[in-house]
Amino acid sequence: MPITYTSGEQVEVYRFSVPVTIGVPLLALFLQAWLPLRLHFFSIFDLPLLVTIFFAMARRSQVSGLLTGSIVGLLQDSLTHQPIGVYGIAKTVVGYGASSLGIKLDVENAGTRLLVTWLFYVVHEIVYFLVARGLVGLTVQWSWPHEFWSALANGLVGVFLFALLDKFKRRT
Amino acid sequence: MESVLARYRNLIVLMAVLFVQVLGLGVQVRRAAEDEPSRLIRIWTVSAVTPVEKGLVWIQSGTSYLWHNYFYLRGVRAENRELKEEIERLRVQQVRLSEDAEQARRLQALLAFKEQFISKTTAAQVIGSSGSAQSRSIYIDKGSGDGVKPDMAVITADGIVGKVLRVFNSTSLVLLIDDQSSGVGALLAKSRLQGVLRGTPAGEIRLENVTNDQAVQPGETVVTSGGDRIFPKGLPVGTVSKASQGKETFLDIRVKPAANLGKLEEVLVITQKDERTPLLSETAPSRAVDVLASRLPSVPEKPVANDPGKVTTGKVTTGATGIAMAPQVDSQLSKSVVLGTTSRSAQNSPAPAVRSPQVNLTTTVAPGGMATKAPANASATATSQSKIVTNPPAVVKSPTTQKPVPAPALTVVDNGAKQVPIQPKPAQSKPIQSNGQSKTDQTPRDPAKPNQSAQFPSAKQPGQGQPSQGQPGQAQAQEDKPQ
Repeated sequence: MPITYTSGEQVEVYRFSVPVTIGVPLLALFLQAWLPLRLHFFSIFDLPLLVTIFFAMARRSQVSGLLTGSIVGLLQDSLTHQPIGVYGIAKTVVGYGASSLGIKLDVENAGTRLLVTWLFYVVHEIVYFLVARGLVGLTVQWSWPHEFWSALANGLVGVFLFALLDKFKRRT
Repeated sequence: MESVLARYRNLIVLMAVLFVQVLGLGVQVRRAAEDEPSRLIRIWTVSAVTPVEKGLVWIQSGTSYLWHNYFYLRGVRAENRELKEEIERLRVQQVRLSEDAEQARRLQALLAFKEQFISKTTAAQVIGSSGSAQSRSIYIDKGSGDGVKPDMAVITADGIVGKVLRVFNSTSLVLLIDDQSSGVGALLAKSRLQGVLRGTPAGEIRLENVTNDQAVQPGETVVTSGGDRIFPKGLPVGTVSKASQGKETFLDIRVKPAANLGKLEEVLVITQKDERTPLLSETAPSRAVDVLASRLPSVPEKPVANDPGKVTTGKVTTGATGIAMAPQVDSQLSKSVVLGTTSRSAQNSPAPAVRSPQVNLTTTVAPGGMATKAPANASATATSQSKIVTNPPAVVKSPTTQKPVPAPALTVVDNGAKQVPIQPKPAQSKPIQSNGQSKTDQTPRDPAKPNQSAQFPSAKQPGQGQPSQGQPGQAQAQEDKPQ
C-alpha cells in the first residue's frame, strides 16, 4: 500500500473549464510580457511557471502536467528571440514534478504551496541554466542569492495567485 | 510488455516530450546562422498576445492624454515660460554649433567623405517585452506593413535602443543593445577609440576590444561608429561608467546607456538611410554667423548708398537648408543670408527692386553683397536673363591651367553663357555676446585660403567679371570694395 501524505479530500482531482484552461495561461503570458515594461522589477517573477505549477498540482495527472508545462514553456519561448524549447524543457520537467508531488502532498495548504513553489522555481532555473548553457550555448549567469530571493518572491506571489485560481476549480 | 508500458507510461511520455524538444533545439541551433523565416508558433503567439497589448497601450495612452491635456494643467504656464527661455538659449547654442557643423561638412565635402544620413524614420510605440530576463527584447507596434524590415536601427531622442530582429505584419521584435547577443560598433567621442558594444547576461553594457594601454576615463561619451552598417555614425550610445584593466589585453569598460532601456515607451525606427558626400551647396545658404547676425538686434546696420545703378534683380537659387535654419527670417533676409554679407542692409536699401514674374523672391543686392554697374533701366532685362547660382560644384577646372580648383561660392550666370564669379566684400567683424562669451561672428575672408566659402578661384576667365556698363541683359559682377 503506497504511503501518501494526503487526506482523502486532498487527493481530489480537479478539472477546469476550457476558457480557464486556455485563458489563464495566455493571460499569464500576456502579463509577463506587458508588466515588466511598466514595472521593471516584475521581470523577476515568472507567472507562466506559477500557472504551470498550479494546474499540474490541481489535476494531479503527470501527463497532463508535463503537457501543460510543455505548451506554456514553448509559448513563452516564442515570445523571446532565443531558440524555441529552452523554457519548454524546463517547464515540462516542472509540470511533471509538480503533478507527481501533488499526488503525495497536501497542496491546499499555503505553507506547502510556498515551499513547493520555491522548490520548483529553483528546479526550473537549474534546468533552464543547463539547457541554455549545454544545448544552446547561451551565456547565463548563476547566482545563488539571486535565485533564492527570486524563488521566495515567486513563492509569495504563488500563494496569492493559487488562492485566486482556486475559484476556478471544479470537482470531478 | 504491456504492463511495463502501462507502468512507466508517464515517464515514457515525459521522455518522449523532452526528446522532441531537445531534437527541435538541436535543429534550431544548427540553423541559427541561416536566415530562416519566423516559425509558426512564434507568429501564433505574437498574434495572440500583441493585439491585447496594443489595446491596453492605446487605452493607457488615451487616458494619459486626457489627463495631462485636459485635467492636469497645473503649472503649465510656468513650464511654458521656462521652455520659452530654454528655446532662446538653445537657439543661440544651435547657431554656434551649426557654424562648426557647417565647417565640418565643408571639409568633408572637400575630402569626398561619405556620410550616412537618416532620411526617414517611423515612430513606434513599445507594446510589450519578451518577458524573460535572459532575452532583452521588446515588441513595437509597427511591422512589415509600415515598412519596417529586419536589421533596421531603433533609436530614441536620447540614444540608440537596438535593432529590429523579427518583423511580423503589424509588430516587430527589437533586440535591445543590452542583450548578450547584441553587438554595436561604437567609439569613444573624445579619444576616438573604437570598440564593440555588447550586452552581458546581467543586463549591463560593455565596450570591448579597447586595449589596456589606452586611457579611458569614466564619464566619457560613447557614440556609434557606423561600422556595423546598422546605426549611422555619431548617434549617442551612453557614457562610460567604469573603466578598469581587464583580464586579458583589453580594458573592461562599462557603459551606461543614454536611452532608458528599462522604461521605453516611444521609439523611432530608421527606415531609410542615405549614404552620400555632403555637398558644398548645402552649406552655402546656412552660414551660421549670418543667421545669428540676422537674429541679434545688436548688429548695427550699415548705411547703403542710394545708387540706383548698384541694383540688380535676378533669380536666386537657394538651398532648403538656409531657410530651414532660420524659419522666422523673412524672405529678403534669407536671401541676404544667401548672398553672404550685409544681410540687413539689403532690406533697407532704397534702391528700386524689380519683381520678376518668374522669380519667387525679389532680391535686392546691396553693395555689400555684390555690385553691378548696370544702368537702372537694364535691371528688368537682367531679371529675366541672369540668375545667381548658389549651388556651385565643389571643384571646377581652371580654364587657364586645366587643373581642378575650388569653385566659387557665388556665381552669376550671365545669359546662361558666362559664369561670373562674384567677389563679396570682406565682412566686418562684429563682437557678439553669446552666453557670456564674446565671439567674432564674421572674419574677413582671405582669398588665399581655399576652404572659405567666399573664396575666389582662378577660374576667372579674362574679360569676365569686368564691368561692362550699359549692356542690357548682362548682369556683371564687380568686386565690391569695403566701405
